[in-house]
Amino acid sequence: MTIKDKVAIIASSCTPFGEHWDRGTDDLLRQAVSEARDETQADPQAYWLGTAQSGMSGITLARPIDLDNKPVTRVENYCASGSEALRGAAYAVASGAYDVAMAVGVEKVKDAGYQGLNAFPIPNDGTQRTLTAAAMFSLVIPAYAKRYGISADEMQDALAHIASKNHANGAKNPRAQFRREMSTDQIKASPRVAGTLGVLDCAGVADGAAAAIVCRAGDASKYTETPLYIKALSFVAGSGSGLTDPSYDYTHFPEVEVSAKDAYAQAGITDPRGELAMAEVHDCFTPTELVLMEDLGFTGRGNAVKEILSGAFDRDGDLPINPDGGLKSFGHPVGATGLRMLYECWLQLRGEAPVERQIDLKGRTRALTQNLGGYPGEMVSFVSVLGTSPD
Amino acid sequence: MTRGILAAAGYVPFRRLQRSAIKDVMGSGGGKGTRSVASFDEDTTTMAVEAARNLGADLAPHSIWFSTSESPYLDKTNANAIHTALRLDSDVSAMDVGGAIRSGIGSLRAALESNGTILVVSSDVRTGQPTSADESQGGDGAAAVLVGDGDVVAEYLGGASATREFLERWRTPGSSRSRTWEDRFGESMYAPLADQAWNAALKAADVTDVDVLCVAGMHARSVARVSKRLGVAKTIDLSQTVGDAGTAHASLLLVSALEAATPGQVVAVVGLSDGADVLVFKAHRTSTPRRRVDAMVDQAADVSYSRFLSWRGMLTPEPPNRPEPARVSAPAAERASDWKFGFIDDGHPLADTLGTIVTFTVDRLAYSPSPPVVFAIVDFDAADGQQARRPLELTDVDPDTLQVGDRVEMTFRKLSTADGIHNYFWKARPVR
Repeated sequence: MTIKDKVAIIASSCTPFGEHWDRGTDDLLRQAVSEARDETQADPQAYWLGTAQSGMSGITLARPIDLDNKPVTRVENYCASGSEALRGAAYAVASGAYDVAMAVGVEKVKDAGYQGLNAFPIPNDGTQRTLTAAAMFSLVIPAYAKRYGISADEMQDALAHIASKNHANGAKNPRAQFRREMSTDQIKASPRVAGTLGVLDCAGVADGAAAAIVCRAGDASKYTETPLYIKALSFVAGSGSGLTDPSYDYTHFPEVEVSAKDAYAQAGITDPRGELAMAEVHDCFTPTELVLMEDLGFTGRGNAVKEILSGAFDRDGDLPINPDGGLKSFGHPVGATGLRMLYECWLQLRGEAPVERQIDLKGRTRALTQNLGGYPGEMVSFVSVLGTSPD
Repeated sequence: MTRGILAAAGYVPFRRLQRSAIKDVMGSGGGKGTRSVASFDEDTTTMAVEAARNLGADLAPHSIWFSTSESPYLDKTNANAIHTALRLDSDVSAMDVGGAIRSGIGSLRAALESNGTILVVSSDVRTGQPTSADESQGGDGAAAVLVGDGDVVAEYLGGASATREFLERWRTPGSSRSRTWEDRFGESMYAPLADQAWNAALKAADVTDVDVLCVAGMHARSVARVSKRLGVAKTIDLSQTVGDAGTAHASLLLVSALEAATPGQVVAVVGLSDGADVLVFKAHRTSTPRRRVDAMVDQAADVSYSRFLSWRGMLTPEPPNRPEPARVSAPAAERASDWKFGFIDDGHPLADTLGTIVTFTVDRLAYSPSPPVVFAIVDFDAADGQQARRPLELTDVDPDTLQVGDRVEMTFRKLSTADGIHNYFWKARPVR
């Protein structure tokens, strides 16, 4: 049993991401939902809302869009909450329980008044570590450099290339939070936040919402001539054992490797680098994207630095990574990010990205989204593969 | 059976304030030498734990008595956290003694003249208003003395006290500032009280000559005068390095004296605080705690005056723009008390196991009472075939000189305080 080709995406939307001081969670939800509905006549019978902490229960969505006693499920799975909403909606239509379902993700981060992202405290014994995500991911940099014998300078060059590439992609995208190109020198000169990680190695913090409407694959033609088909949905929650496992070395994310392998098996992909047209990955920090290139099988272990510096993952490279600008230039409204990634695949695979942003698909028909939550050693990871036609 | 001191150890925190730094900033105050400074993550409870851990012995006291003039909690017994951090059995009683400086030497004498094995710990954090004598002459530290019968390090020969009501030093609850009467008044009070107690103690101990003298008291003029007039050749003095550690000071001097004493030497301790208390011991052997006071005095690093002020709450720098920690859940902490207080990991006590830094980072954004947070992944040395790894905050550390592969040891600390609840847990510090 697999989800492959059982579910079609018939609409996708994404609000501009940014510091929306003038707009609340309700406004962002209304915009994402109405733009998705405008794409199709299909009327969702059930809803999944992904948000980490911008609201509790399905009422968070039902109230602003005036749903009258509909099944609305609020889900949370760290920074993969938006992808979690897609899973719920997809499995619901695949099961036959509903014909049409909507996945929505939202986060209103900028009402908190603090820098970065902050989780609600759950009552505990006070022995949990209280580091920022930046500090946890900064542990990857020296560990990776040491394992593969890469100099600190070369490491910084590769990380700055990632940030610069994502900023260049975002500069062309009107929905991105940051629309300015950034040179690698600017990035390398930014103030340190944690370890050698600079401010410009970190994703922005933004408000935003995104949505998608799904139906069973066989019904897709009723609603659109150009659906996308779900080829794979994989999600794993690690046990958190990496934090206490003396064999874990902070140079890879086992949860991502497992979810990628599972997704490729579902989709029938054996050569992701050669078969995928593009990938949207969770570049919360530059070392995260670096390691993901290996965990997702886009290059071999220890090769990411060389490949990144060669431009292989640039917008015009062999395999464009984060052509929309990624978390780096979009910011990271936690619940919305997974569905924002899907929206870029929706535009690019269907050739609907604006001409100045459209990537060369090289005849390939499939794209990947990878969305993670947590930290090295203690992570959840989602991977999807989407394609333009059923096999 | 011989009653006396079975083991004794001190704790002097890692940081020192150069007294001259006070004058550099304020234009007055300060003086010569240094004083010890408890780190931002230390309080009298955590320092008491460290002193008791320095005993290095398998502790099996019947009770633990804790004295301080700076109680982390009122109403709640502070000795309980010390008890659990030392992994003592639940049938060991624990209590706090007093709040006055005299409770330190007073509880030691009470234990010596009582029955059973008693762990007497005293600990203090002393400061005062900027430029005050208390600020520069005070010191932070702790001492642990295991009192009981048997093969003692030092035999208790006898003691005596002299008491009189007079107003020399006082502090009202809640205030961080001690007040004192005109200096000469205290001197006129202490001198005759010291003579009275000294003569009575020597008589009780049945000795005429004392080899080593320790005089503790917050009244510096009286300490100097009494030290001189008792005519003992060797005196133990920590005033130029540690400062006066208040409630802990008499015991800290005694601990230091016993680490240098040779068998047969007579050691006397004089406490001048609202009266005089004199304790007389005969050394049976040289005390060998896990860590010596003179070693801790030497292994130190300076703290700037501004940071000292902020650690003591006299200056409040802008914190990182991050939420402050939430309060600890009492039931969750109780369920996890073996881990949280005892640092017992799945049945394996790790508090006394050394570890190695696998990787580390400096977090400049995370909340801390004294940013930045230095954080490391630590692999503990294998014990019983068990290899443990824990992510831990580092303390007493200079991040610029830290290296992957550095060795660390565990230390009991206070992570933060929220809603008046102190969040105690363990951190790692470089092995020195």
